Amino acid sequence: MAEVSFAGVTKRFGDSVAVDGLTLDIPDGELLVLLGSSGCGKTTALRLVAGLEEMSEGTISIGGRVVNEIDPKDRDVAMVFQSYALYPHLSVARNIEFPLRQRGMAKEERTAKVKEAAVTLGLDTLLDRKPSQLSGGQRQRVALARAIVRDPQVFLMDEPLSNLDAALRVQTRADIVALQSRLSTTTLYVTHDQVEAMTMGDRIAVMSLGSLQQVAAPEDLYARPANTFVAGFLGSPGMNLLPGKIGRGPNVIGTGDDVTVEVSGGSVPLPPPLRTAGAGEVVLGLRPESLRIDPLGPLRADVTIVELLGAETHVICTTPDGSRLIVRQPPQAAKPAPGDQVRIAIDPDPAALHLFDAVSTLRLGP
Amino acid sequence: MTVASVGVGGGASSRDTTRHTRRFREMGLAYLLLAPALLAFGVFTFYPFLRNFKLMLYETPPVPGLPAHYVGLHQIVPTLTSTQFTQSLVTTLIFVVLVVPLSLILGLVLAVAAHRRLKGIAIYRMIFSSTVVSSVAVASVVFGTLLNPVVGLLPWLGINPSPPALENSTWALPAVAVITIWQFLGLSFIIMSAGLQSVPDELLEAAQIDGAGAWTRFWRMTVPLLSPTIFFALVVSTIYAFQSFGAVDILIGYQNAANLHANVLIYEIVNTLQMENNPGAAAIMATVLFLITLGLTLLQMRFLERRVHYAN
Repeated sequence: MAEVSFAGVTKRFGDSVAVDGLTLDIPDGELLVLLGSSGCGKTTALRLVAGLEEMSEGTISIGGRVVNEIDPKDRDVAMVFQSYALYPHLSVARNIEFPLRQRGMAKEERTAKVKEAAVTLGLDTLLDRKPSQLSGGQRQRVALARAIVRDPQVFLMDEPLSNLDAALRVQTRADIVALQSRLSTTTLYVTHDQVEAMTMGDRIAVMSLGSLQQVAAPEDLYARPANTFVAGFLGSPGMNLLPGKIGRGPNVIGTGDDVTVEVSGGSVPLPPPLRTAGAGEVVLGLRPESLRIDPLGPLRADVTIVELLGAETHVICTTPDGSRLIVRQPPQAAKPAPGDQVRIAIDPDPAALHLFDAVSTLRLGP
Repeated sequence: MTVASVGVGGGASSRDTTRHTRRFREMGLAYLLLAPALLAFGVFTFYPFLRNFKLMLYETPPVPGLPAHYVGLHQIVPTLTSTQFTQSLVTTLIFVVLVVPLSLILGLVLAVAAHRRLKGIAIYRMIFSSTVVSSVAVASVVFGTLLNPVVGLLPWLGINPSPPALENSTWALPAVAVITIWQFLGLSFIIMSAGLQSVPDELLEAAQIDGAGAWTRFWRMTVPLLSPTIFFALVVSTIYAFQSFGAVDILIGYQNAANLHANVLIYEIVNTLQMENNPGAAAIMATVLFLITLGLTLLQMRFLERRVHYAN
């Protein structure tokens, strides 16, 4: 068993709090992605697991063993750094071999394990080279080989793809997922790239300002963000968030009350699951792909920018109160021009509407 | 067509002239800016360096006032085989062996000790590097006092060599070496500290996670990654040790230097010139010192640089 548990973990640097009361359990064999913008505390959390930082409060357990007082070398974790941290004066073989040497493994066994790791990562023809003679992708694979060679309980990966070009990043992230799946080693993967997070993680833990905002499977995180931060952070572009007010009134056929959200530029009827979810001041969340430009739509806005991305078009609009509203249009849809006044329709699927409390920013309803 | 050709040719010629003029102006400006440094180097380095070779060929009679006369290469062998020179050369080599390794090791140890994120560490860095700004005269006076047999530190510690350290043929050279090490320590510390700044923390952290203890991290990571810096410090400290002069002059003096086996080569050169009024012999010794320094530097570059790892 090699589950990793954070229990009320806090890390302070002087007066600033880098990680604030983090409580999180990562089951054995899971690939958990710590996602957040720069400075949110995700790398600090990773370094706390590695033992490279001392926590101010709380406990971290690996495989049921509290590791607060245990040296990094005795935690049985392997880390892949953003810069790869390859030893520049050692050959590829010696780099991969280094952790085995430190554990006093016999030479024959070391050689066999290095060869196995090198073959796994396609490095068997590069073993005599120095890191400076390798490409970025090859260096990245050497760093991975050095991590897997000693079969650790936990992999810690700190933005390992951020120095690769876009094409190589796509390939390497698939390789890492396949490798992790094959080895079934518990993995904490830090990134600020939500595409990496969505495509790689069994679960994603979103962090902001040192606090855990939500932890869930990628699809749940996207479909049901726990608060406005997660809603706005996930998605490209993120969810549109419009401040509004719940309104109630008799419906047109006189069979009862309609519940609507009054936002700048229009009134949006709420589907049954959300009608009792909140009252008063709220924030209405609408994903760009749930919107379309339609003369019969309930929302009115002015087009400010039209971004053509090839596979889709982003129409960036402004509501009368100045809120930004982005509509993701399919490529074949008619494209408005900047300055046009348009009406915007919302996907009739009830799941297209998200409601958040205006004060607590927490999700309302299912 | 002809007119056009002439026109084009004329244009190219004009452009060439403009280009030449611009280049000439740029060169003029470059030499103008270089002139102060060239003048200083010329007067105080290049001219004396070349003049030294001429002095080697002339012998000055021991009687003051008589002119030097040309002897060619004839005084080279007697000078280089004289007891004075050979003893001085041996003394200098011992001195270099005492000074260089200790300067580098102590500089590295202090740099590693100060390379920590601790409160108030800047004060220690300032103290460790302060010897670089102390003059040899000040250092000599301070150490001379510390080694004084009556009021110094040694008797207070219960160490009373007889004769006193600076008048003792066993301890005089090591005492001067200690002063030189102390003086060079500041520079050695600064060079090593600068080198340590360039060793990425992530490499040491990776080694730590990979299971390396503090000693392994230092020996297997820090030292190889610091090797260009150590190599540079080795070359600089070797030259520095060969050129040490002040402490011997101030603490030992001309009368005692040879008897106490502390007459390092550069001191011997100065005394041969000033006290014995023998510029020819002094020039020969200076040339030998130059060749030794050059040769050792080349040897270090030839053999030690192979073991140096330069990061890409």
